[in-house]
Amino acid sequence: MTDVAWIGAALTAARPQAVAALLRYFRNLDVAEEAFQEASLRALKSWPVNGPPRDPAAWLIFVGRNSALDEMRRRNKHDTLPDDDVIADGEDTESAMVEHLDSYAYQDDVLRLLFICCQPDLPATQQIAVALRIVSGLSVQEIASAFLVSEAAMAQRITRAKRAMTESAVAFETPGPVERAERLITVAAMIYLLFNEGYSASGGDAHVRVPLCEEAIRLGRLLLRLFPGESEIMGLTALMLLQHARASARLDASGNIVLLDDQDRGKWDRALLAEGLVLVEKAQRLGIPGTYQMQAAIAAVHARAARAARHRLGAD
Amino acid sequence: MFYCILCYNLESELQAWTREKEATVMAKQEAVTHTLASQGRLGPVGRLMPTTTAMTVRASREPLILDGPFAETKEQLLGFYLVDCKSLQEALEVARRLVGDTGALEVRPLATFYPGIGLQ
Repeated sequence: MTDVAWIGAALTAARPQAVAALLRYFRNLDVAEEAFQEASLRALKSWPVNGPPRDPAAWLIFVGRNSALDEMRRRNKHDTLPDDDVIADGEDTESAMVEHLDSYAYQDDVLRLLFICCQPDLPATQQIAVALRIVSGLSVQEIASAFLVSEAAMAQRITRAKRAMTESAVAFETPGPVERAERLITVAAMIYLLFNEGYSASGGDAHVRVPLCEEAIRLGRLLLRLFPGESEIMGLTALMLLQHARASARLDASGNIVLLDDQDRGKWDRALLAEGLVLVEKAQRLGIPGTYQMQAAIAAVHARAARAARHRLGAD
Repeated sequence: MFYCILCYNLESELQAWTREKEATVMAKQEAVTHTLASQGRLGPVGRLMPTTTAMTVRASREPLILDGPFAETKEQLLGFYLVDCKSLQEALEVARRLVGDTGALEVRPLATFYPGIGLQ
């Protein structure tokens, strides 16, 4: 039972990087997803026996890539395999793969994976749904329940969205600075939409939608780990942390919105608030203002005011 | 001798833990620290914020301030315990009880120790 818990977390954590790398190798989203799926199944068998690998993402990429290549060879001899330069150094070992991951190529891999979910022709809710499926690895059922629609309807939406993604041209070359910056802006907007999809819920919906906020924060932190000097990604992550910190005080027992001034500040999550405040300050040091930083700075003022008010009341 | 037990793990993995998993890990660690405290052997314990909050000041002609943690390592430094142990063997025993399903604990003796003012 404990085995399943840590393996589940390890697979979830490694998924964006692993699927993104497999997508770069195979240039086909379905193949990449299937390869990851197969590698995950093998991990479930291997890891409880052999213990966790040092680098689960590298393990999954290596095993997933090899199993997908085997599958291609087996399934259709007529199908031409991807060019050797696409599947770079096909004979390399797992340790070579680990070294390769250190080359930072995966930053752009993960960004690309998030970016292709942001097809401009797709409605925002579909972009979010498909990102939750592909990047976060949530099941269709989990996504459907968060969006309050039937599983069949959500499955259909995701299939449609994936088709649109497959048909669009995505550049697999390493993006230049301008293109990278544009991708970051687009992806940040999608993550914030995801957050708001969870945050704006009220009443009976609020409880089931918390995972959307948590997932958005996880993606924000992931992006910030990959691009540690991006002030707007700091701002975005801070904004989500500061808002989510107030989640349990935002609604009363019957699910009605409680206004900021009336919220029980004792219910605010201090760890999230503190993390958000640090990120706001970190971002400001860079001196490159942006809309997320601006909104986060306003949220920070409210958070600090709350502490001041508490001191005034002599509590704590 | 005082020993520092430094906790390393994949930060991304901790952020993917379910609430149940988080609670299980915390309960296990609290059981160990509770015992150490009752034996008068437990010093400060700290959990670090995510590495995304970290900044690094590097010595240079003018100190260089960088965004991000000091080292880009596969496993990140996430927290620490300070424990009083009679021997390395004893310190390793504490670490063995603390270690989880994944990650690593570095056991390292303290050369000097200044207790500070007991921050609250």
